[in-house]
Amino acid sequence: MRLAEAWRVAIDALRANRLRSMLTMLGVIIGVAAVVVLVAIGTGTKQKIEQQVEGLGSNLLIVVPGQVNIGSAPSVSRLDLSDVDAVTKIVGDRNRVAVTVASGETVAAGAADTFATINGVIETTPQVFVRHLARGTYLSRSDVDTQRRVAVLGWSVAHALFADRDAVGQQITIAGVRFRVIGVFEQLGQSLGIDRDNEVHVPITTAQRLLGTNRVDGIAVKAPNRDEIDDLGARIIAELSRRHPGTEFSAVTQEQILGVLGDILGVLTGVLAAIAGISLLVGGVGVSNIMLVSVRERTKEIGLRKAVGARPRDIGLQFLLEAVLLTTLGGFAGMALGIAASLIVAALSPVPAAITWWSLTLAFGVSAAVGIVFGVVPAQRAGRLDPVVALRTE
Amino acid sequence: MSPAALVAEDVTREYALDGVTVPALRGVSFTVEAGDYVAIIGPSGSGKSTLMHLLGGLDRPTSGRLLIGGRDVAGLGPQELARLRNETIGFVFQSFHLLARTSAVENVALPLVYRGTRAAERRRRARAVLERVGLGHRLDHRPNQLSGGEQQRVAIARALVTDPQVLLADEPTGNLDTRNGQAVLALLEALNREQGVALVIVTHDNEVAARAARRIVMRDGEIVS
Repeated sequence: MRLAEAWRVAIDALRANRLRSMLTMLGVIIGVAAVVVLVAIGTGTKQKIEQQVEGLGSNLLIVVPGQVNIGSAPSVSRLDLSDVDAVTKIVGDRNRVAVTVASGETVAAGAADTFATINGVIETTPQVFVRHLARGTYLSRSDVDTQRRVAVLGWSVAHALFADRDAVGQQITIAGVRFRVIGVFEQLGQSLGIDRDNEVHVPITTAQRLLGTNRVDGIAVKAPNRDEIDDLGARIIAELSRRHPGTEFSAVTQEQILGVLGDILGVLTGVLAAIAGISLLVGGVGVSNIMLVSVRERTKEIGLRKAVGARPRDIGLQFLLEAVLLTTLGGFAGMALGIAASLIVAALSPVPAAITWWSLTLAFGVSAAVGIVFGVVPAQRAGRLDPVVALRTE
Repeated sequence: MSPAALVAEDVTREYALDGVTVPALRGVSFTVEAGDYVAIIGPSGSGKSTLMHLLGGLDRPTSGRLLIGGRDVAGLGPQELARLRNETIGFVFQSFHLLARTSAVENVALPLVYRGTRAAERRRRARAVLERVGLGHRLDHRPNQLSGGEQQRVAIARALVTDPQVLLADEPTGNLDTRNGQAVLALLEALNREQGVALVIVTHDNEVAARAARRIVMRDGEIVS
């Protein structure tokens, strides 16, 4: 009953000073909305990247020369096609091994040209990585073995060169050498701002002649199942190290890539949330400030309530509820604003945003906690007011 | 015979102002019996307000013994004092002290909130007391919709709603014109007569004090007659 009275008085007090209550709440609203939006963007980005890494195919092992370390310069490849044969022997199935040699080149068709990543590959690529063709066919083993000048275009390259026309069967030039288009990939979209459709697949043998090299940049192996990945990786690295004494090789799995990316994005999301949390803190200070004003304004009322029998804790509870009401109402409004802003960001910008229950719960919980933490001091002050002094106040 | 409503035995009250101890009451002794009608009179600074705060349980004496409704206030904490005020004392102030933006009936019911009475019962009792003071037709009016005399009657109803043993009125007519002042005094006296509630009026107005059954004259923190 006393609690009901405290609620009634708290709501009444907020209504009596509508503008002031709104402005005080605004600090909390902005803080909570910022937490929700920034966490949504962080989470959305993480989810999208995870999807893309997983979308590469399952149980992948990527073997590259040198150490995989963030910040270390990529090392010069010493792998060549004979190493690929050795790896294939270990794996025991050519269809589970993909290789690449990559270079950026100008691709032209008639008057149109574009700059694209040329990937020299073997015919197994679509089985190892998940890639689907929109039109035509992929490279064949004989294309690779006979250095045929045939190409499969990424969606962006096909669009840049041929617009809406069918690219299959058309002639293009790559670094001035003529190729025939035999297929076009399905569109993949962007990842971290990189257009994944801006690539051309050609037989690795053809690519090596075009680039004047015999190197291989990386080997990808699709393990038959998850349990064999580590063992397979160790055996491949041992074999490559034997063939290239003094060179280090690394084998990374999707889990490792996801783990590293997840850690980075987790920290990033945390930092964003912390920055947003600071604005929530500032909002809380505003609440505290306005509550102190409210206590001072209503000193006489406090005196009267005490005279008719209100205990210190009745008065304290009344002001604490007022503060909590301010921040939780602000919290609700902030959540609504945050959700709306997240949906708008996700719909209108390339930045993904995923609203999570935990961020909503956290933001709301924190806003209620802010009300308690920043309401306690004014509430205690109100509760401890000497009734004689309070009644005398004008 | 019921016990005395208020008993003061050699009560003193000192205030510390900037490190200097200022005595406001220097050993005051008197008794207010149940159903008594007492006026405390004296010029400003005589200690009568301090005495009223003590009698109302808003403050505690520096030394001496003070019984309110038979209970010694020494050793009572803020919680117990609040309860004692709620159950034993009804306050009437010079400036009414009604809550703005709150209807008459809710103002009157306020002490019952802190007693834990249910809302329906609070309203029933508040309405009954408002009818008793002649404001049955003003239940849902707010203080700013009432005249000064009506506001003071609402305040008297609020003091009465808990069935206190003592009504403590601090200059109850101070903010009212003569006619309304007379009416308020008449109401307080009627309540004293008919309901047996002890009435203590603090005033500096001799005319008001003259109506009481007994007068306590204060000067410089002491009772002089």
